[in-house]
Amino acid sequence: MPFDATDIGLSILKIAIVLFMMLNITPIMVWVERRGSALIQDRPGPNRVGPFGLFQSFADALKFILKEDIVPAGAHKWLYTLAPAVGLFPALTTIAVVPWGRDFRLPEKVWFGHRFFEGRPLFEPVIANVNAGILVVFALASLAVYGIVIAGWSSNNKYSLFGGIRASAQMISYELSLTLAAVSVLLVAGSLRLTDVVWEQTKYFVLFDTIKIPAWNVFSPAMWIAFIVFSVSAFAETNRLPFDFAEAEAELVAGYHTEYSSMKFALFFMAEYMAMGTMSALVVTLFLGGWDIPWYNEPPTWQGFVLSALFFLVKVSVLLFVFVWVRWTIPRLKYDLLMKIGWKVFLPLAILNIVIVAAFIAAGWL
Amino acid sequence: MDAIASNAPLVVFIVIGTIAVAASFLVVMMRNPVHSALFLLLTFLCVAVLFVIKAAEFVAAVQVLVYAGGIMVLFLFVVMLINVRHLPDEKMTTSYTLGGIGVGVAIFVLFFAVVRTGAYHDEAPNAAKKLTTVREQVLTQHPTDPNKLVRKWRAKDNRNAEAIGMALYRDYLVPFEVASLFLLVAMIGAIVIGKRELSALEEETAPDYMLERVETEKEVKDLVNAN
Repeated sequence: MPFDATDIGLSILKIAIVLFMMLNITPIMVWVERRGSALIQDRPGPNRVGPFGLFQSFADALKFILKEDIVPAGAHKWLYTLAPAVGLFPALTTIAVVPWGRDFRLPEKVWFGHRFFEGRPLFEPVIANVNAGILVVFALASLAVYGIVIAGWSSNNKYSLFGGIRASAQMISYELSLTLAAVSVLLVAGSLRLTDVVWEQTKYFVLFDTIKIPAWNVFSPAMWIAFIVFSVSAFAETNRLPFDFAEAEAELVAGYHTEYSSMKFALFFMAEYMAMGTMSALVVTLFLGGWDIPWYNEPPTWQGFVLSALFFLVKVSVLLFVFVWVRWTIPRLKYDLLMKIGWKVFLPLAILNIVIVAAFIAAGWL
Repeated sequence: MDAIASNAPLVVFIVIGTIAVAASFLVVMMRNPVHSALFLLLTFLCVAVLFVIKAAEFVAAVQVLVYAGGIMVLFLFVVMLINVRHLPDEKMTTSYTLGGIGVGVAIFVLFFAVVRTGAYHDEAPNAAKKLTTVREQVLTQHPTDPNKLVRKWRAKDNRNAEAIGMALYRDYLVPFEVASLFLLVAMIGAIVIGKRELSALEEETAPDYMLERVETEKEVKDLVNAN
């Protein structure tokens, strides 16, 4: 493995960009959530700090840092401290294999008397373009439950423990259908690599030789079951409202983070919103064409990259708003209902969709 | 710099390997089952890293997905549900200790012998047949216009996901299906054992938490029937 300074520099740049976006998702989404819920419930919402209450989240963040950090006397100190970090780790790392723009060749440049980008290296806007792409996403996402489980157990509080147990039972029931729904997409793309999945969707379906429809998987006639199963499971994956049984403030006080305060609590909060961002990015990549701009051929230059990256951001933002919208529209389900849906409805539906897609491919329609 | 980059896999192997061995030792030594389960999780994650060093990304991802993400969650679920926080102080050494050490040493000698003689370093018997090629899309420079990129198909060595798929679903399809059938039988057996009524002798020997569960289930059933 030779040491390539350009390669490492570009990787650090990409990590910095993604990390900046991920860290800023939380304050922005908290603001969107509070203003959005106010909009839906016909009340003003936070509107004192800054224009439209925009700086409210930063005031909240400051408050979290300044609050007293309490560790309950009966808690298991080590695990109690470790749990928020364990919860944050998968939320931060999962995004690494998701492509967020069109790749392009860097132009050769001379800066400070040094020549950069000799041989025009390819800039791929994805941190790690690994062969097993989607599997890495699911592998890391499946670790997210440990933060909740460890927090619930180490707090030495029965509500916390119930939250943790619920989270692990919930995770077992939706994860299978989530993964199987993604298999349909992989069948069409013929690859586990997420960049290939996006490139496959930049094509067009042509109807009657005239109407061009972008070949996004959501528009594919064989794929809508998988889209529905995946999106609903995504709500369960992020512990968001119709399925936030691990938190369930009406039943379990605050569930797994009942005993947490200060920055430790804030870390759980950040992990939830980052997981939302990651799942939105994943739904966009798998079903909504990734960075593809419909009816427009992005040029393979930095302009094309910026345009496609912005379009990707717009798609993810729309989905993030849908997350908020659903939270304030649909009440929490009964706890056992998710397991029933996961095992008895979504799992068979996801397998059925795999069969349908396989039949479409065998018939040569996809 | 180049020296560091070329020795990186070895350094990572030594660090992660040590953690894996230490963690697996702690799995057995910990008194609290939840701690044991968490150290087992750490062992699984370390083994996944070792797979990555060997460029087996697929196996690494599946290792995390199945063992860390699935099986360990169930382990923790059961351990937490039973909630054995305070185990009675049992003796650390039991009559099984000697036998356990014996089996451990025997397996170590077996592994050591296999690795020493270089069974893993031999070429696969029919390497040419196993390493087929697959088609892959790549970005290449346009032949005339330097500002354009075109996507082309190229053949590449069949590795990772493709190789495992080919091996499991073509070369070893029958053993694979037989194994899945065994798992199905085991699952049905577990359900049958879990669902049946306990006999009088078993009720005497069963731990308290199981009896409590049976009693609550009966109470719930009676309530439902009464309504």
